[in-house]
Amino acid sequence: MTMHSGRGFAAINYPIGMNLGGDPSQALVHSNPDGKFTVALSSIDLGQGMKSVTRQIAAETLGIPVADVYVDTADSDTGPHCMGSFASRGTHRVGNAVIEAATEARGVMLEAAAEELEVNPEDLVTDGKGNIHVRGAPSRSITTAEACGVAQFQQGKTVSGRGIFLIPLSDVDPDTGEMTPVSCFAHAALVVDLEVDDMTGEVTVLKMNSAYEVGRALNPRLVEQQLIGGAWMGVSHALYETTEPYYPDRSHGPQDFGSYIMPGPGEVVPHDIAILERPAPDGPFGGKGPGEMCANPVLPAVANAVFNAVGVRITDLPITPEKILRGIKANGGAQPQGIV
Amino acid sequence: MAKKPIQFQLNGSSKSVFVEEGQNLLEVLRREVGDLTPKLGCAQGACGSCTVLIDGEQIVSCLTLAETVEGASVETAAGLANGPTLHALQEAFMDGFAAQCGFCTPGMLVSAKALLDKNPSPSRGDVIEAISGNLCRCTGYEPIIDAILAAAGNGHNSAGRYSGSGRQS
Repeated sequence: MTMHSGRGFAAINYPIGMNLGGDPSQALVHSNPDGKFTVALSSIDLGQGMKSVTRQIAAETLGIPVADVYVDTADSDTGPHCMGSFASRGTHRVGNAVIEAATEARGVMLEAAAEELEVNPEDLVTDGKGNIHVRGAPSRSITTAEACGVAQFQQGKTVSGRGIFLIPLSDVDPDTGEMTPVSCFAHAALVVDLEVDDMTGEVTVLKMNSAYEVGRALNPRLVEQQLIGGAWMGVSHALYETTEPYYPDRSHGPQDFGSYIMPGPGEVVPHDIAILERPAPDGPFGGKGPGEMCANPVLPAVANAVFNAVGVRITDLPITPEKILRGIKANGGAQPQGIV
Repeated sequence: MAKKPIQFQLNGSSKSVFVEEGQNLLEVLRREVGDLTPKLGCAQGACGSCTVLIDGEQIVSCLTLAETVEGASVETAAGLANGPTLHALQEAFMDGFAAQCGFCTPGMLVSAKALLDKNPSPSRGDVIEAISGNLCRCTGYEPIIDAILAAAGNGHNSAGRYSGSGRQS
């Protein structure tokens, strides 16, 4: 038995969103009787942080504290239309829709405040703490809650806004075959170090080092957490998960959850991540979408590292011990390529 | 099928319910008692999302017959907070971003409590062992392991390893 070390590298360009008949998302923003704001969406937060990020975006645009924003989402009966949470599109598409809706609502709020303070709305600024004041004269001030109150009870205005962000369908140019299906790309590069046991075919991932370029990291802790978890899922897809393992026949495959193989807490791989921020010109505050791309570079990097370790090129996933052993046998033994 | 009365302590308060023979504890907790913190994941003891403590022992409630907890003390994630005061584990999970979708979280918290009740100063290996029956799909486990160590006061700060080098162009 010999353990062979291998190192693999992969880099990806990841397109944000999709191009199947146009890619829209909508948002509605309105003030509540207590002067706080509700953002109505039908986009889904399935743990990736959609509610947190749209809340931050709305608060930043309105110029009010994050605590004053409530995000009501995931109900397509009450929320405006959203294509959904997939294709790493949520932050980019929905975030832009929230900015548009919140900008309109902010405009009405500032008009109401201007009328109350008897100034021009253009002369008003928000302090992000719940106050609106005249630029250069902080003492001439009104709270955002008061401004929304006078809009409702004295001026008869709704402090509300509508937003939509649409990436239209890009058709193929019949003359050139060109199209522009994507307006925004995220990027990542990842190096994985692992060991392959040439007797059992077992792979032990030792370490991952990566750099992910995500536009602006609107919530750095959520981005980091999503990258750690997503890269782990990449390892899981690369090495473990399948309902059709390469056994003699289907009856040897997993019958239930208990025999479906997933790595557990004992298989955590140390992972150092560098998050590079290059704000996207068309992203909300420069944000892109660290979604599916978390896992994507891991799979080719693991396949390359296995080749580097034992000289076996595996082109279908997952890379099971059985496939590695068959490859080693076909080659007449392990053929370490030498770590570059 | 005949129903049978049972009594047990749930998070320190007495519960009396009628259970069917063969009914599992998870169903009784969720449907009869109304404690929705234990989750139904795989229904075969593989995922750990239904984990509860029975007399301090970590048990998967989906594979436990409800009638066997007669007279026992059952703890769930719902019993961790004391009024508005969160348990140290809950604080550490929040601070350390140790949840994404949240489905595994109650089971993780309960398994972690079982560990810390017996071993207030666990090693990283002890923590991994303690949650090895709990599956998580989102986090990659590392934030959860770090949070449990942080709750135990083992000096793992939860500031993360974000090494963002600022905006580069």
